[in-house]
Formats: sequence, structure tokens, C-alpha cells
Amino acid sequence: MRPLNPVVAACPPSGIRRFFDIAASMEDVISLGVGEPDYVTPWRVREAGIAALERGLTTYTSNAGLLELRDAICEDLDRRYGVSYQPAGECLVTSGVSEGLDLALRVLLEPGDEVLVPDPCYVAYGPCVAFAGGTPVYVATSSADGFRLHAGAVEAAVTPRTKAILIGSPANPTGAVQSREDLAALTGIAVRHDLYLISDEIYERLSYTGPHTCLASLPGARDRTVLLGGFSKAHAMTGWRVGFLCAPAPVAELAGRIHQYTMLCASHMSQAAAVEALLGGEGDVRLMVADYDRRRRVFVKGLREIGLDCPEPGGAFYAFPSIAGTGMSSQDFAEQLLLAEHVAVVPGDVFGPSGEGHVRCCYATALPQLEEALTRMDRFLRTR
Amino acid sequence: MVVREIIDILIQDGRATPERIAVMTGLDVAAVREQIAAWERGGVIRRYKAVVDLDRLREVTGAEVVTALIDVSVSPERGAGFDSVAARIAQFPEVRSVHLVSGGQDLRCAVTGSSMHEIGDFVARKLATIDRVTATATHFVMKAYKDDGELLIEPAGDHRLTVAP
Repeated sequence: MRPLNPVVAACPPSGIRRFFDIAASMEDVISLGVGEPDYVTPWRVREAGIAALERGLTTYTSNAGLLELRDAICEDLDRRYGVSYQPAGECLVTSGVSEGLDLALRVLLEPGDEVLVPDPCYVAYGPCVAFAGGTPVYVATSSADGFRLHAGAVEAAVTPRTKAILIGSPANPTGAVQSREDLAALTGIAVRHDLYLISDEIYERLSYTGPHTCLASLPGARDRTVLLGGFSKAHAMTGWRVGFLCAPAPVAELAGRIHQYTMLCASHMSQAAAVEALLGGEGDVRLMVADYDRRRRVFVKGLREIGLDCPEPGGAFYAFPSIAGTGMSSQDFAEQLLLAEHVAVVPGDVFGPSGEGHVRCCYATALPQLEEALTRMDRFLRTR
Repeated sequence: MVVREIIDILIQDGRATPERIAVMTGLDVAAVREQIAAWERGGVIRRYKAVVDLDRLREVTGAEVVTALIDVSVSPERGAGFDSVAARIAQFPEVRSVHLVSGGQDLRCAVTGSSMHEIGDFVARKLATIDRVTATATHFVMKAYKDDGELLIEPAGDHRLTVAP
């Protein structure tokens, strides 16, 4: 056989898979290893999806997505953040942020271009940069200051090959929220060095400690930013695979060209359901966000009480406590915790070298389960 | 707004302790305790009790509980309107709820008993004979799907993968 694509072959499989296989063989596992809400999609949205099927909306939509949905997305961004995008020309409905991220990178990168990425970060960032022909350059962040992305560290990593900065705030896996000032400083760097910004804002509605800052709303940012968002987290719609990409027309146009030939369009019924999520789902979002926030407070306090340092996660639904005090690697900790106490967490090193010494715990799980998980983790820590 | 959150939490979980609510909301425990006590004194919080799926209770214990929704037509009283009749009906322990409603009838009541016969007897002897009650229409509950905000049908279950990015 002829050799396969070396870039893809060189990319290690996601380190999460191994834990999934172990956990799948056990009963009574409490999983804090998930990356999605425990809520099912609110009924009004599911009902809209069912109605879409009943009405026979089973065809392709236009490549860019239902205009009604793009109108609603742009209207929502304008109302909440004062960022203005044209539904026709600057907004593309994608199959989740995952597709949007891939499109953004493929449009922006020339072979060998470097993309600055925070470390730790969502597992797909680095591989997607590589698949698009670029090189991810990681900028280390630390739990000591809540995984703040320092402008100095970012600027120090800029080289003549740097083309873009990719960030997610609130972040998976840390739950960290970058401050408005730090995002403004990042924008300044992008302006000085003429870089693009790719902003993954899938967790924007899950911000607990203050209003979310939309990167594109900062002065000087919009015309060099690709804004990625979606419905998966806030509207508990992970399985519907629907998100969006908003960008200046030349970028959105090229992203649309790839999308046109690869995806054609996002799922029609999912788009119809997403319209309902935006037009009628605000109450449901508020209830779910309030609930995540309560669990966040209980869970983070609980982690600290059993002796794990945990920086305050200001957003998303993850806590990223330090397990360095146990002397174990995060892989060992996660594996032994799973084997001994049947609690699944994700070892921090899968999110980058700076994630070592941490584990990711998702608190989008019922409170009694979270409490039981804390009890088991406490027992685990005491016996080490 | 934060005060409102305390009641939201208690409506969901009557057993949430002031300590737990304080962690959830970021409020001081003493303040939470005082607010709850004030609501209890003021009659905002009437009682804490379990939401019971009566159908499932019957499956498990054999205990039969029959519920009927009864529409009651009332000829209102000068000065008191529907209040005095409603209050008389509400006093009966077998009456679970009484509401004055718009529409064809005036009062809608939920009544429980151990058999259809028992409820029929109650309607004939007690309810229909109250002065100013002009008609009743009894609807026996055959199955409960949702009660007091709680879905009683099988939950969907957690379909999430155990570990995911």
C-alpha cells in the first residue's frame, strides 16, 4: 500500500478514547468525563425539530443555511454584543463549531503558517491547525493565575510565520474566562502583527462571573476575527450538529466555498430547531445556566474541601483542579480513580502539556451524582 | 433577584438546606436562613412535602388512590361571591385543591379517595348538597403524566458517552 497522509498519520488519537473503553466495561460509573449538558434539548426546540420533519423539511437548504436562521443569529449577536454581521455574506451556518473551526483554519492558513493556541486548550485545536497545513504554536498558561492568556507570552511567541491566534473563552477544559482587558491586549497584538483572530465562543452563554466579552465587539477586532458559535452547549443541542461562522465577507465567502463542496449545508431539521432555540429558547437557557452555576459553586467548593486546589472556573461547565499534590501524573490519577472508585474524569495532559497535573471534571451532572463523585474522590485521595 | 433564586431552589428541592443554598447562590448562610424563616412566618412557604407518583405507589404497595377532577357550578352569593362556597368545599380533607376558574363552570376541584365509589359518594352526599352548588361534573383521572411540575412518565435516561472531548 502507498503511504497515507503523513500529517494525519502523525496526529495521535485523542487520549480520551482509552478512558472511554475502560469506563464502558464498568457499571455504576459516575462520569465527570463528558463534554456536554446533562439536559436534553428543551422540549420547545425538540418539538420544532419534530414539526420540521412533519412538514417535510428533509431537503438541502441553501449552502449558507436557512436565511431565517442567519437573520436570527445576526440579530442575536447585534442585540447582545453590538457586533454587526450581514446575514447574507458574512454568516454561515455550519455543522457545529467543529466544522466552523476547520473552515476558518483552511481559509486563513497557507502551508507552514503558525497559529498561536493557548495551552491547555480544547483537544481539536492543534490537530485542526495541522490538518489545515499549519503549525500550532502553544502558549503556556498556568492555574496559578486562572489560566490567563498573557499578552506578553502571546507576543513573545509571534514569528514572521504567525498567521492567527486561536482562542476559546470561556474555555474547555479549564472553564477559564479571559478578561476584557486581556482580550483587548490580544487584539492589539493581532493589529500590530497583522494577525487573524479565531474566537471559539461556543460557551459564551455559560459565563457566571460577569457578562461575556465577544471578541469581535472589541475595537479593531471585527475585521480580522472569525467568530465561531453554536447551539450545542447553551441550548443543550450537541447531537443536532448546528453552529455558525461569522466573519468579514472575504473570509466568510471562502469558508462558504469549502462548505459548499464538503458539507453542502447543515442539517435542515436541525436548522429549523435552532431557529426556535434563538427565537423562543431564552427562558430555557437562563434556567439551565442558573442551574450550572449552582452546581459549579457546590462542586468547586467540594473539590477544595477534599484538598484539591481548583482555580475558579468562570464559565463553561468544567472544573480543572490540580492533582499535583498526589504526586501522580494526570493519566495515572484518572486511570486509578476510574478503576478504584468508578469516577471518570479526563486527564489534563490530553489538552496540552500545561494541562499535566490537572484533571477535567464536568459538573453538568445531577447534584446527588456530583456529591457521590466528591465522596468517592475524597476516599480515593485518603487511600493514596 | 438573588432572593428569588432561593425560592427557585426550594421549589425544585424542598430539602435543600440553608447551607447548600448559601453555597449555590453565594449568599451568607444566616441571610438565607432568615429569608426562609420570614417566608415560613409570612405564609409564603406553606409546607415541605414529597411529590408522589400515585400510580407507581399502587404498583408497589397495592394502595389504591383514585383522583377525580370535579367541575362545580355555583350560584354566587351577594356580598361573598364564590368565596364562601369555595371555602366550605376546601374544608373537606378529601379535597386536594379548589380553584375558581373561567369558563363554563365556576370551581374546579381535585378530590382523592380510595375508590370511585367513595368519591361518587362524596360528590352525592357532601358536594352536591352544599347550598348554592347548582351542578357538578366529575372526571375521574385515569392516568397521571405530570403532576406539580414533575414528569411522571419514564425519563429519557442519560445517553451521553462516558468520556467525550
